[in-house]
Amino acid sequence: MSSLAILMARKTPFDVIAENFTLLALALLSFSAIVFLIFLLGSRSSVKTQEWLKYLVFLVPALLLLLIGLIYPTFRTLIMSFMDKESETFVGFDNYIWAFTIPEINVVLVNTLIWTLTVPLISTLLGLAIAYMTDRMKRPAAIKSLIFMPMAISFVGAGVIWKFVYNYQPREGQPEIGLLSAIFKAIGLTPPNWLLEAPLNTYLLIVVMIWIQTGFAMVVLSAALKNVPDEIVEAAMLDGATAFKRFYLVSVPMIRATIVVVLTTIMIGTLKVFDIVRTMTGGNFQTNVIANEMYSQSFRQMNYGQGSALAIILFVAIIPIIVYNIRQLRLERTER
Amino acid sequence: MTSLVNKTSVKAKAKNIFSSPIAAFAAWVIAILWTIPTFGLLVTSIRPEKDINTSGWWTFFANPNISFENYTQVLFEGSTTNPPLFQFFFNSLAVTIPAVVFPITLAVFAAYALAWFNFKGRDFIFFSIFALQVVPIQLALIPLLQLFAKGVEIGGVTVIPDFDITGTYIPIWIAHTIFGLPLAIFLLHNFLAQIPRELIEAARVDGAGWFTLFSKIVLPLSVPAIASFAIFQFLWVWNDLLVGLTFGGGKKEVAPMTIRLAEMVGTRGSGWELLTAGAFVSMVVPLIVFFALQRYFVRGLLAGSVKG
Repeated sequence: MSSLAILMARKTPFDVIAENFTLLALALLSFSAIVFLIFLLGSRSSVKTQEWLKYLVFLVPALLLLLIGLIYPTFRTLIMSFMDKESETFVGFDNYIWAFTIPEINVVLVNTLIWTLTVPLISTLLGLAIAYMTDRMKRPAAIKSLIFMPMAISFVGAGVIWKFVYNYQPREGQPEIGLLSAIFKAIGLTPPNWLLEAPLNTYLLIVVMIWIQTGFAMVVLSAALKNVPDEIVEAAMLDGATAFKRFYLVSVPMIRATIVVVLTTIMIGTLKVFDIVRTMTGGNFQTNVIANEMYSQSFRQMNYGQGSALAIILFVAIIPIIVYNIRQLRLERTER
Repeated sequence: MTSLVNKTSVKAKAKNIFSSPIAAFAAWVIAILWTIPTFGLLVTSIRPEKDINTSGWWTFFANPNISFENYTQVLFEGSTTNPPLFQFFFNSLAVTIPAVVFPITLAVFAAYALAWFNFKGRDFIFFSIFALQVVPIQLALIPLLQLFAKGVEIGGVTVIPDFDITGTYIPIWIAHTIFGLPLAIFLLHNFLAQIPRELIEAARVDGAGWFTLFSKIVLPLSVPAIASFAIFQFLWVWNDLLVGLTFGGGKKEVAPMTIRLAEMVGTRGSGWELLTAGAFVSMVVPLIVFFALQRYFVRGLLAGSVKG
């Protein structure tokens, strides 16, 4: 084992890359070869064979993966949430009692609640405002691209970007290199130690998520606004409605369904947020959220019981949204 | 009074009010505000280390000092225990390519079946997949990891690390495939279901089997939808931290760039010259993809979230 470790340590980055890309090529080649062979076989088989073969080829692989990789694990996690840290003995509701009574975890739950309320609301409102402002603009592409851009950046990358904005410089007399501190000093205020001060730090992290999600809200909502017929807006104008009244009495009700979709999509994304908190504060200084605590419990403390209980709590928070979504989809299908 | 105003002038007036200079100005202000943090990172990454730590990045324009030292250092300098960033760049590529190809292939297949095969339970399966879209992956992490580990124990008596799939890309690929499937199937199904019934039926009447029908008609028609989802999945996998962290087994040989970057933040919290350059390296590929293919990306986004 130790000689192996030395052998591994001798590898240069080029060796690693060569090895990795050999595996990559092998995987892609064998995958396409299998698909090609199956198609060759399938298209040559008789009509009768194709009637059952088609399910086996097209439907079964995906369903099997979902069954093994998502549905079975969900039930397994549910069971594990009622067991001890090594998943050996049942402990009843102990892990849930732990989650709702330990003060540190209460902070986690409260923070998660703050995140899931503020991020969707503010992102959607901002996105809607920008969508409306740019709706009849001649060349909105540049503006929209810039606001949408954070969607392409990883949460870790966004964490680095904003950590730099929030940089705190403790030494007296030294120039500030963090933008926010510099602005504070320029207007004569003393900058706080941004990411260390609770509850300010949680809101500063929330800003990062809003920065990312506003572009999403803007893009989806401006597409919806484009679908509002001109005639209706014009009729409202003829009736003497002001621009603001036209906005919240005509446009907003007409795109209400889309607004709800945007709100719920952002809400789900926010509930699962993990990378931002982990990168920027590591969940310290009372900024922790449920997805990050779930990771720490499961993969740092190796406490599968408590980790699973947190995952289930996260899931329960999402269930109403799932139910709502399914009902909406049903309605749409019957309308068609 | 208003009844006398003809329609075209009202339309012109509406345009004027909506594109009022105040709204345009406000939109520009927001757009610039939104870009400043990223811009600051980019500017910082091309300044010499000494400048970065002694003055704000905005002073760069008064005293422009450009250096690419940060990039050469973060990309190429390292040790065997701390490999240089360019290795992680290729790791990210090796993670991402199959993690985009596999789910798309399987999802196109499943979407085709759900849209065009008539069988009992089709709606139930479709609704279940739709619901699975929002199930947090946190729920699946531990059991799925244990599944990968157990599979190896059954396979062989002596577990040799090199042949062991934990610690290789294979678990990461499989995990990304599984987690990407629900959204992929849902998006592609919505698209494939819109293919005109006459087209499918005409081909069937001409004697095309289900496989020929797929490769000759359905697949060529679904290329735009596949492109949209490919960009989605690409950005998702490239930017992912959680799956790489858990399914990579903590190995540097397979860790994508996000893991390295997160590690750099933790260990050298104040090394801004390396952090900013490293962050920009990790962002450059998704940003190129994003700006080059924004149209497809937006289309995919709308298909997934705007109903109707």
